[in-house]
Amino acid sequence: MNALDERQFAGPGPEQVFRAGLTDGKFLIQRCTVCAAHVFYPRALCPACKGGPLECVEASGAGEVYSSTIIRQPADKGGDYNLAMVTLAEGPRLMTQVVGIAPQDVRIGMSVRATIRKAGEAPAIFFEPV
Amino acid sequence: MSKTHPLRGSAAIVGTGLAGLGEAPGRTHLELLAEATAKALDDAGLTLGDVDGLFTANLVNFFPSLTVGEYLGLRPKIAEATNLGGASFVDYAIKAAMAIQAGLCDVALICYGSNSRTGAGKHTSGAELPPHEAAYKPRFPVAAYALAAARHMHEYGTTREDLARVAVAARQWAQLNPLAYRREPTSVEEVLAARMVCDPLTTRDCCLVTDGAGAVIMVSARRARDLKGKPVYFLGGAAAQWHRQISAMPDFTTTAAAESGPRAFAMAGLSPADVDVLQLYDAFTINVLMFLEDLGFCPKGEAGRFVASGAIAPGGSLPVNTNGGGLSCVHPGMYGVFTMIEAAEQLRGTAGDRQVTGAEIALCHGNGGTLSSQVTALFGTASTV
Repeated sequence: MNALDERQFAGPGPEQVFRAGLTDGKFLIQRCTVCAAHVFYPRALCPACKGGPLECVEASGAGEVYSSTIIRQPADKGGDYNLAMVTLAEGPRLMTQVVGIAPQDVRIGMSVRATIRKAGEAPAIFFEPV
Repeated sequence: MSKTHPLRGSAAIVGTGLAGLGEAPGRTHLELLAEATAKALDDAGLTLGDVDGLFTANLVNFFPSLTVGEYLGLRPKIAEATNLGGASFVDYAIKAAMAIQAGLCDVALICYGSNSRTGAGKHTSGAELPPHEAAYKPRFPVAAYALAAARHMHEYGTTREDLARVAVAARQWAQLNPLAYRREPTSVEEVLAARMVCDPLTTRDCCLVTDGAGAVIMVSARRARDLKGKPVYFLGGAAAQWHRQISAMPDFTTTAAAESGPRAFAMAGLSPADVDVLQLYDAFTINVLMFLEDLGFCPKGEAGRFVASGAIAPGGSLPVNTNGGGLSCVHPGMYGVFTMIEAAEQLRGTAGDRQVTGAEIALCHGNGGTLSSQVTALFGTASTV
């Protein structure tokens, strides 16, 4: 076991780095410098190898729908919308919405690609069918 | 045989109480909790003055054990309010057994009360939306369970009919329980035709929103022998957690019950084949299917077909949720304590029309969050200790 290198905790935290990346149009995930696992959401320590320092990398944006549901609501409240889980090509899975397609047409196993769009005021990661 | 675990058979449930199941207008959650507590103590032949261990959580109070302790006039030697969501109360049985065994308390009160149907708050809780999920307007908790159900259907061919049969079996049990909130007959067709909330789950795949309170009294096995009621012995228990937010669940078709179950069975020196009756936290129909698989009652992916055989309904080979469960009996926000109250009824032979003949060993399984915390406990009659 190597001695703890406290330099890994210097500078802005991973959450802030991720949010700043989104604002700049980049989808940043993390990669462990010890076990090479990719990680999302942003963490301070690698949850895969239990503690390895993490570095920021840009996600490929490629992913596959792991699960999907339609959240039903009346049209006057905005109508039905999709809620999905997408597994990134790099491995991590995240909650998202698949957009650019009717909610009932989203399928598990469908190939999708990340796109950054506004969710309310802040940018967030959404996915579109490939 | 390996050495018996020191907690196996060390403590027992000696009293249970229920209050306000269904609708209890004009009553606060603490008033309901106090009524259930008084009934549980009366059942045990004890008084509030005997209680020196308090185990409680709720969705209203930030400091549940402080609020409840003060309300009941208790000065507990040990208080526990770890919030594992609805699974908390099954977890408290393990922790109460530990505290009793360690001599930290003699009489443990596990209690919960809620007016989530007739009160102002409904099912709202102070739980924060996970920051990397909130942007997508997830309708929690139902959306998380819908995503798990959709994946289970995709991987194993589970059908909406399979899910609906869980709700129908719960209702058939509820029809045998005079305290159950929903007792009118239902059918697979009716569940399928109900309003869709989050595909594939309709309103009838979702638990009730009711008022209700439950309390359980635990003491040492030695003390239990001197009390008036028939003791229900703690045989083993374990908690497991693999995630908090649904997006971090490693595999949407396997819960941490696959870990809590085997550890609980190991402590008890038992296997699924030994269990006579199950009380599984059925917040949604998919829960029952996944817990039957993860706890070892059928192979992974087979629970839909297992339930379709009629196994879990009245008259079936594996009675599940004999009170009607959260789907048809009671679900006041957090359901965990009711699994143990019904298990105790069955093991004491006091379950009336829904009594499972010869029930000696019961399994209780608590679920919390979005399939997040999983807690399994096994209880048995005196002959099993």
